[in-house]
Amino acid sequence: MERVFTKPVAMKEPRTLYCPGCGHGVAHRLVAELIDEFGLRERAIGIAPVGCSVFADLYWNFDVISTAHGRAPAAATGMTRANPDCFVVSYQGDGDLAAIGTAEIIHAANRGENFVTVFVNNAIYGMTGGQMAPTTLVGQKSTTCQLGRDPAIMGHPIRVCELLQTLGGVAYIARGALESPKTIMKTKSYLRKAFEYALDRRGFTLVEMLSPCPTNWGMTPPQAMTWLRENMLDYYPLGVVRDVGAEEKAQKPVAA
Amino acid sequence: MSEKIPIGEKVLMKGNEAIGEAAVQACCDCYYGYPITPQNELTAYMSRRMIEEGRVFIQTESEIAAINMCYGSAAVGARSMTSSSSPGISLKQEGISYMASAQLPVFYVNVNRGGPGLGNISPAQSDYYQTTRGGGHGDYRVIAFAPSDVQELYDLTMLGFDLADKYRNPAMIQADGILGQMMEPLVLHEYKRPPDLPSKQPWRLGDPSTTDPLLVTSLVLNVTGMEERNLELQKKYDTITENETRFEEVGLDGADVVMVAYGTASRIAKSAMEVARAKGIKVGLFRPITIWPFPSARLNGLADRFDNFLVVEMSLGQMWEDVRLAVEGKAPVHVHGRTAGGIPQQADIVADLRKVLDAKPGEIVKNF
Repeated sequence: MERVFTKPVAMKEPRTLYCPGCGHGVAHRLVAELIDEFGLRERAIGIAPVGCSVFADLYWNFDVISTAHGRAPAAATGMTRANPDCFVVSYQGDGDLAAIGTAEIIHAANRGENFVTVFVNNAIYGMTGGQMAPTTLVGQKSTTCQLGRDPAIMGHPIRVCELLQTLGGVAYIARGALESPKTIMKTKSYLRKAFEYALDRRGFTLVEMLSPCPTNWGMTPPQAMTWLRENMLDYYPLGVVRDVGAEEKAQKPVAA
Repeated sequence: MSEKIPIGEKVLMKGNEAIGEAAVQACCDCYYGYPITPQNELTAYMSRRMIEEGRVFIQTESEIAAINMCYGSAAVGARSMTSSSSPGISLKQEGISYMASAQLPVFYVNVNRGGPGLGNISPAQSDYYQTTRGGGHGDYRVIAFAPSDVQELYDLTMLGFDLADKYRNPAMIQADGILGQMMEPLVLHEYKRPPDLPSKQPWRLGDPSTTDPLLVTSLVLNVTGMEERNLELQKKYDTITENETRFEEVGLDGADVVMVAYGTASRIAKSAMEVARAKGIKVGLFRPITIWPFPSARLNGLADRFDNFLVVEMSLGQMWEDVRLAVEGKAPVHVHGRTAGGIPQQADIVADLRKVLDAKPGEIVKNF
């Protein structure tokens, strides 16, 4: 019998410590599928950031390094600069990337570092127990904004893709979502493009993935999917935010 | 090797630049730095030399980014380096602690300035506690050299890279603004890689020759696992203490007082020693070259033979504590400390040597 669906080689035996309905498993799998697709397993290094995905090495069947909170882009820079043959997937959550690690991500993007960043945005701190993230929506409740996020006191949710896309070193930035098979497949196509650009050393690539966190949102997994769809997509619109390849094509004069 | 660098010859060089050239000669693959006085000449020097050699140089967005780039580069097997001065070194401590835990080699330089806080940009040795106690969180140590002239800055930089690799542990230089800024003649020795350096192949990431997935981490969430890692580190620190403790002894024979001083302070102590001897005070000098591992065992042995110790330091009694711990009450340990740009003066040291000799039993001479 032909086997038509299996786990990627770049994924270890299926066993998850993530909560039911969490987006990390899907995000990990998308990375692993593409590592297989591009044949990168032996020279790939995944970054396990501080947060729920700190144990990414339990899932990814390739080399993994755990980095200090927020410093994944710096460590990724150090790895790819020292050994350009490495293929580095830097994986960060919203607190890691958009709060404590803001300086590192901006400067890695500006220098055009050649690694892929997966930015998992679930609008909350997961591992520490549901605190307000830089991407927590206005009005959204968390353990540190129990009355709802009030921008007058707590500032506004940061749109990371739009913030980074002006920088000179950026090659590709896109935002997908992990809320339905359709958006997951679309997100994978964004990530594939990021892999291609990183392999071609075109510069900084980042794919944001809007992702459910049922546990810390206080919802069932289906409720969390609905909440993501109804609340996050308006503020964080899906699509390609920057693609230097497409820009170059658009600028080429049409042959007469 | 650059044709412009006269290897094997005597040249005149600034301390900070001598460190840079030693690193380049010692096959440093990556340098990451952020500007701070009084070590800026080092970063500037590396910006030219590393790029000339086709190696990695990044002026980073922060000291924190720099040490974390070292973390990444070390994890793929490269020789990585960063440098800074006191407040900047404080910022790097989290990363250094991570590297100690993950057993990654790194070489870094702290050209001390006055503290605490932003302090000032004057020479000091007041990061001694930070340097010798690990510096960041957790039970760990870094190999810490305390050179006293530009030649030693050069030589110990090369050794620092080797020992970092040998023990898979951070190694560093504790210098001060005087050493970093002054020019002195030195011989640019050729670097010879020790033949016994272990291969990084078994643990470096991203290497296609290792097919089983590797993990570099400082995190061991289960209690026994993390304690085991700590005990493994302690064993390594014991080995380092046994093998790598370095010191110099000058004119100890027949001394009534043994001065203990390192770095710039040891040079002043040495000149004070000559003045004191001319005045009939019998004094010798014990100079730690490593301040971690600290030469405690040797000092303890000296305490059986000598009656008085005077610590001379550019900090307020920080090394004094280590000498007292080493001597274990066998002899009185006095202290002459200045800080934050206050430099011990020859005449003041000589005066304190006299006070030490005149001290009543149980009396400790302390100038601050």
